[in-house]
Amino acid sequence: MTATLAVKPVAHRVRRPVPVRVLGGLGLLVVVAGVAAASLTFGVLDVGWDDLVAGIGGAQDTTAQAAVLKRVPRTVLGLVVGAALGVSGAVMQGVTRNPLADPEILGVNSGASLAVVIGMVFLGLSSQVTYIWVAMLGAAVAAVFVYVVGSLGRGGATPLKLALAGAATSVALGALVSAILLPRAQDMQSFRFWQIGGVGGGSWSTIGLVLPFLVAGLLLSLASARALNSLALGDELAVGLGQNVSRARLLAAVGGVVLCGAATAVAGPIGFVGLVVPHVVRLLAGIDHRWLIPLSALGGAALLTAADVLGRLVGGNEEIQAGIITAIVGAPFFIWIVRRQKVRDL
Amino acid sequence: MTTLTEAPSTIEVVTTGRARRARRRWLVHVGLALAVLAVFWLSLMLGRTYYPASDVIAVILGGDVDGASFTVGTLRLPRAVTGLLVGFAFGLAGATFQTMLRNPLASPDVIGISSGASAAAVIGILVLNLSPTAVSAMATAAALVTAFAIYLLSYKQGGVANTRLILIGIGIAAMLSSVVSYVLSGAAAWDMQVAMRWLTGNLNGATYERTLPLVIAVVLLAPVLLWLLRDLEAMRLGDQTAAALGVPVERTRVLLIVVAVALMAFATAAAGPIAFVAFLSGPIAARILGPVGSPVLASGLFGALLVLVADFFAQYALGTRFPVGVITGALGAPFLVYLLVRSNRSGGSL
Repeated sequence: MTATLAVKPVAHRVRRPVPVRVLGGLGLLVVVAGVAAASLTFGVLDVGWDDLVAGIGGAQDTTAQAAVLKRVPRTVLGLVVGAALGVSGAVMQGVTRNPLADPEILGVNSGASLAVVIGMVFLGLSSQVTYIWVAMLGAAVAAVFVYVVGSLGRGGATPLKLALAGAATSVALGALVSAILLPRAQDMQSFRFWQIGGVGGGSWSTIGLVLPFLVAGLLLSLASARALNSLALGDELAVGLGQNVSRARLLAAVGGVVLCGAATAVAGPIGFVGLVVPHVVRLLAGIDHRWLIPLSALGGAALLTAADVLGRLVGGNEEIQAGIITAIVGAPFFIWIVRRQKVRDL
Repeated sequence: MTTLTEAPSTIEVVTTGRARRARRRWLVHVGLALAVLAVFWLSLMLGRTYYPASDVIAVILGGDVDGASFTVGTLRLPRAVTGLLVGFAFGLAGATFQTMLRNPLASPDVIGISSGASAAAVIGILVLNLSPTAVSAMATAAALVTAFAIYLLSYKQGGVANTRLILIGIGIAAMLSSVVSYVLSGAAAWDMQVAMRWLTGNLNGATYERTLPLVIAVVLLAPVLLWLLRDLEAMRLGDQTAAALGVPVERTRVLLIVVAVALMAFATAAAGPIAFVAFLSGPIAARILGPVGSPVLASGLFGALLVLVADFFAQYALGTRFPVGVITGALGAPFLVYLLVRSNRSGGSL
């Protein structure tokens, strides 16, 4: 059973001295704060420092201050969704022991998409609350399906099998989505704005809707951190360490799926954040999930918000949604990860 | 004494087995070809209006028949020819990739070869407002470039590993699909319909002019592919074994990729990335054929059959006229589940 060694941690030194992690965490916090400030500052209308401070304080005396005030919920949503995606990626990579796990690659997003389309067209759903439930259900079904199918047979859930199962499932679900939408121009309109990942439509009410799910998912993930550490050693060893493997895996997976399903429900499918962030964080903090998960939250928040800002700066008046930016940044990163793996580990 | 009597009987077993397999191979191919021809012919005769075989023959021979000249000559015939060739090309290319990469899931549409064509077509339709012919040309070029990029990115000292090629293809496809949805998000409602139809794959508005590049590609490339099948069969046993059998592995792989990708590109340009035809044809053909040789040609024939039947169904059976890709996609989804389960469990190839 060489399969149990499938994950090669990015860092060679397994244990990191605590100060490095603390410093890394503080550094990430600074980055998050900086990105958040940039998100409030830049856009179609760039605002100055004074207006920024006043706007955050709630003043609306100038256009600039009003702009800041409008950008606050968007920024918060970006941070929250990004954090959720980052944690979800870290957890999924841990659960599947697979360096390529990401909601986009594993077809989880396409499950959410199909579920939302079905909800829109056949169940007459039109509110964000119902989208959340439906999207989460779809994401969960797709995740379980891809994982079960991808882990059948020799070698368990290898990156290749999981990625192929995910890609093929995405194609199939995508075909179903267009089969449903093609004769229905009206629904196609409302769906396509959901379908493209972005946080531009963020408002306090959407944040309020999704927050309980995100908190629950985050708590579940943090609670499974220790179990994920044992799972990383392989199922046999984890059992030997007294771990209830299937329960630990189930709990962690539920956490990861809730996070990514809820994030997808409010912001549309956003790929590659969950892939990139944990890898970068591992370079910084090693492979201990008790550090990896919280730091991935910070990293995800920073990455998605930065992508959102970048999309605003590059796109000008027609902003480019954050999901596009993360895909364009993330795909080369994915390729890099694939290239550095040994062939037999794939 | 026993050895003396057994030895010839072993030879006999081998020869009769060989003859039986050859016969089976021949029967399956001829049967599939006949089925394709029959469906092709029926799709010319049947439709909203029925035209008897004599009218169809007259039209094909260049005669002028009231009504049939337009319906059969201008609408049905180009459509049927396009469907036939597109299915054939997808089937050939799909089975080639699946055999070469030794994985039934690794068909060109799953690993991102056609995603380049899709992105280019969407940009061509929505951003540049190109004519259908120009869109086709752009899609062809983009599919070739994408495939080349995937190949280069998966190249490392020691050649291209199949697994790396598949995974990098999937990554590229994910990136390009987000480009597609970005372009779609900014489109006007009507253009969006056109683009969605293109993305699903459909034979509406098939003309000889749009299909001509595909005709040339199939005529030139299919024989090359069939000529390479012998080496491909050896590569099924593994790269090292194939090399030991005297197959120039890397050169054959490059040639196979070029030919299959070109077929894929021209077919996609003519009708859009019809979902799952490339994916389904290989495994089904292999099932029909049994273990009697390369499934690539049978897969091409089955692909043609699949597209023709699915298009007929999509046009007339469902009330609204769907693009053909909707039918193949819906058929493909459950089969995909079956195939995923089966191939992962056995870890096997086609």
